[in-house]
Amino acid sequence: MLRNTRLGYGWVAIALHWTIAVLIVGQWTLGKMMKSIADQRLSFDLIQWHKSFGLLILALAFFRLVWRLANPRPALPAETSGLERQAAGWTHRALYALMIVMPLTGWAIASTTVLEIPTLAFYLFIVPDLPLTRSDAAEALWASVHDVLGWVLLGLVLLHVLAALRHHFLLHDGVLVRMLGAGPPVNRE
Amino acid sequence: MRLKNLSLAAFLLGGLVIPARSAAVDLNDAAGRYAISPSGSSLAFAIASIAGKGISGRFARYDGAIVLDGGNLARSSVRITIVPASVETGQDRVDTFLKSNAVFDVANEHAISFRSSGIRRTGDRSATITGMLTARGHTSPATFEAELEDMGKGWISFHVTGHVLRSPYGMDVGTPIYSNVVQFDMKLKARRE
Repeated sequence: MLRNTRLGYGWVAIALHWTIAVLIVGQWTLGKMMKSIADQRLSFDLIQWHKSFGLLILALAFFRLVWRLANPRPALPAETSGLERQAAGWTHRALYALMIVMPLTGWAIASTTVLEIPTLAFYLFIVPDLPLTRSDAAEALWASVHDVLGWVLLGLVLLHVLAALRHHFLLHDGVLVRMLGAGPPVNRE
Repeated sequence: MRLKNLSLAAFLLGGLVIPARSAAVDLNDAAGRYAISPSGSSLAFAIASIAGKGISGRFARYDGAIVLDGGNLARSSVRITIVPASVETGQDRVDTFLKSNAVFDVANEHAISFRSSGIRRTGDRSATITGMLTARGHTSPATFEAELEDMGKGWISFHVTGHVLRSPYGMDVGTPIYSNVVQFDMKLKARRE
């Protein structure tokens, strides 16, 4: 099944979740690497890939947001407390927000830098810059916002992973497994 | 009457100008060995970008020699050596990038040099210069178009243009966002030695 039910995630949601998860981990690593390596030629290429994958995450995140709003959300186990539901809800909202805001702030860096390096996404098509004024100060501002949000995102991802592991290993419920897509529960709706 | 005077003036002017131009093109008087002088010369380059303004800049330090055989341009020669660390684009961060190992690697490479192997006259005041360009340990053929701009007592100046590919020299970072082609636009003023 492609669509979610109240019992489990459909394949579209599962594919989006894991694709974006891998992309976020990759982007985070790439983002740190491209800034720290000494080889400037490799650094230039890595920055172009970072821009391309960031835009891919942005596109996937928009689609994922629409998909989430248009699909039923699998219910949490009945014994989940109100506080846990609140924490899960806000973490998920923040993760969705950052999936969209992180690429946008990256795009803002590329759009404000005086270096004016065009964005050629995946070496396939030109992505125009956002209509922002170029200056070293604007670039530095967006770069620090992007950097800080990157750390916030890392924290949220860790929280999300720990919560999933807690569900699986401590609470012994199906919350993690249903996102693996392995043996989705029988649709009893 | 008035028309007649104009015609006469034109005839006289023409008579004056044409020999002067011919004299300038007759390189016999200009034969000799010249040193390229940084004052009066400029060595500019531009690289187009897939979108936006691309990169343009110049080299501030270079030297070279022109040997003119007035009777036989084919026996004339040009050599020029550019100091890559003197690259200037007006944007420090671009300069730093160009000087890094991504492009010129100025920590290890101290010269970009061109030596002509043949000069062929293509017009009254123009010639095609072929030769070998060496940069970052790679040597590859390069061709430039030269036009005699002006000459005076003990000096001569040329306008030289040419397209050089970056890839043969391992400097094709950023392609295809930035063109593989570097467009050179040089004014070389040389003084007789």
